[in-house]
Amino acid sequence: MADTRPRPSATQPAADPAGDGQDLVSTEHGVQVHEVPTITPDREFTVKRRSQTQMVIRRFMAHKLAVGSLVVFVLVVIISLVGGRFWKYSYSDITDQFSSPPSLEHPMGTDDIGHDSLAQVLRGAQKSVQVALMVAVLSTLIGAIIGALAGYYRGWVDAALMRFTDLILTIPSIAILAVLAATLADKAGNWFFVGLVLSLLAWTYIARVVRGTFLSLREKEFVEAARALGASDSRIMFRHLLPNATGSIIVNATITVSVAILTETALSYLGLGIKAPDTSLGLLISTGQQAATTRPWLFYFPGIIIVIVALTINFIGDGLRDAFDPTQTRVRA
Amino acid sequence: MLSFIVRRLLIAIPLILLSSVLVFLLVANSGDPLADLKGRNPPVPPQVIQAREHTLGLDKPLPARYATWLGNFVQGDMGESNKGIEVRPLLWQRMKVTLRMVVLASILAIILAVGAGVLSAVKQYTPTDYAFTFLGFLFLSMPVFWLAALLKEYGAIRLNSLFGKQVVYTVGAETPNLTGSLGHRLADWGGHLILPTIALALISFAAWSRYQRATMLDVLGSDYIRLARAKGLPRSRVMVRHALRNALIPLVTVVAIDIGAVFGGAVITERVFSWQGMGALLVQGVTTNDVNILLAWLMVTSVFVVLFNLIADVLYAVLDPRIRYG
Repeated sequence: MADTRPRPSATQPAADPAGDGQDLVSTEHGVQVHEVPTITPDREFTVKRRSQTQMVIRRFMAHKLAVGSLVVFVLVVIISLVGGRFWKYSYSDITDQFSSPPSLEHPMGTDDIGHDSLAQVLRGAQKSVQVALMVAVLSTLIGAIIGALAGYYRGWVDAALMRFTDLILTIPSIAILAVLAATLADKAGNWFFVGLVLSLLAWTYIARVVRGTFLSLREKEFVEAARALGASDSRIMFRHLLPNATGSIIVNATITVSVAILTETALSYLGLGIKAPDTSLGLLISTGQQAATTRPWLFYFPGIIIVIVALTINFIGDGLRDAFDPTQTRVRA
Repeated sequence: MLSFIVRRLLIAIPLILLSSVLVFLLVANSGDPLADLKGRNPPVPPQVIQAREHTLGLDKPLPARYATWLGNFVQGDMGESNKGIEVRPLLWQRMKVTLRMVVLASILAIILAVGAGVLSAVKQYTPTDYAFTFLGFLFLSMPVFWLAALLKEYGAIRLNSLFGKQVVYTVGAETPNLTGSLGHRLADWGGHLILPTIALALISFAAWSRYQRATMLDVLGSDYIRLARAKGLPRSRVMVRHALRNALIPLVTVVAIDIGAVFGGAVITERVFSWQGMGALLVQGVTTNDVNILLAWLMVTSVFVVLFNLIADVLYAVLDPRIRYG
């Protein structure tokens, strides 16, 4: 879709990230612009002023693959969260059909005990999606706070927090999870526990990104102005600086969703995550693999669901990245 | 250069020490190593348990236990497993098996990533670019164990029937009781390695190729490339001598940061192909609550990751003078 309207540039006033409608506004790049006093136009303007959010939404909507992915992702999430209630079988029901291939009665077939595969996949997807969404929210929160503190205060606070971040990265998270799962064996089967531990390990990347933004902006004039006006540290951090990192935070949150879902399923595949009698997509693949050649449907469907969820969220993240900054060429690291 | 290496080392050593504290706390709280003994029927007399606690040092406070463990660890003594097997030779043997896959897969992934990333960047917005981009996203979104199982369950049989004999194996890291000439052994290793390595390499390649594409685009847009073209150098020469060489540098850091994740991926891939490597050892350590195995596993892995990052840092400084003097 060709967009003939003028592109936003650094010299145009953008939405006030502090949101308090002062005269001094800072753009995405922290450049200060005095709002031009309103001049009565000598002709009718066809260009409407848009807020930053509106521009981001417009740009995102132009990205067809990302919009399509968003629709699919939302559908899969809704179906996996509530779909289990509406399907005629429950994941624990045992039917009298064993190892039947996909049919109208059982769209994803049944396993050798007689479980309906669709019901099990729905249940597994529910657990995986719950874990992934929880990790995205919680780790973003932790990462943003740690990154903000490190970037704002610098000095020993920064050094300590960044060494702590390095520390988390020295041990493969799957190993930490495995050991913790054994420690709290009774809780380990619980999706909430798995999500909590994953969140405590997944925040490092967001912390680095937020810290980077803070380091580059903390000396800018709009921060100085805010300080001169008597704003407290926390106000400067969360009202003036953090909104500048919104784009990267949101993009990284979407990546976290896919990382979380892949890690959770891997953990369950190793038999250390969500445990029977409950089920998860990783567990289903692990059992389905044992009969992959004779009952391929048990192996294919849970895997395809994981790929769909992770792929769509990655496409959404890509679209959002472009939407937040069309000039940016950096991709996920 | 020397001062740069020293500075990096001064950061790495406390990091490893901190990591050892974390590892110790993690494992020390991971359950009672004597649970098996205490739960026996008929009950073991309390004196026996006390004596066992004493020999294991469990009656001492946590910091003292940490000091003892660390002292032994730096001297290369990793203790014995629950079954009385020396941990160190066991761990090395498993580590060799896993590293075989990690190293080979990393090299393969780097080659693939550089090829795909550079080609994508040079042919930006062409079908080639879109194809590689889609492949990148696809493998980024695929669980490594599912891809590995796909290759194992469906790829291996076709490949073997294509050759008319067994060339790829799907179980274990090598044929048990392998003997024969070096060539024969290498062929056997290769046959076992090929599928897990491909699976792991494809998963790792995905993110790296996206990154390589972005760096290459960055470089291609820079002024000195335009200058090189403007002064009349042929396009191919500019691409290879001027652009590619600089575009390769940032990948070093990304690979180094991701090496822990590749290792984690190897642990999972191993499981699919029933290798007796680090993955199996971790699961064994966790399920049997074997403290010494877990401690050694986590500590050695963590040292490995820190060392790898150190090497990458130094390599980066060698390749890019701005870092050295910056």
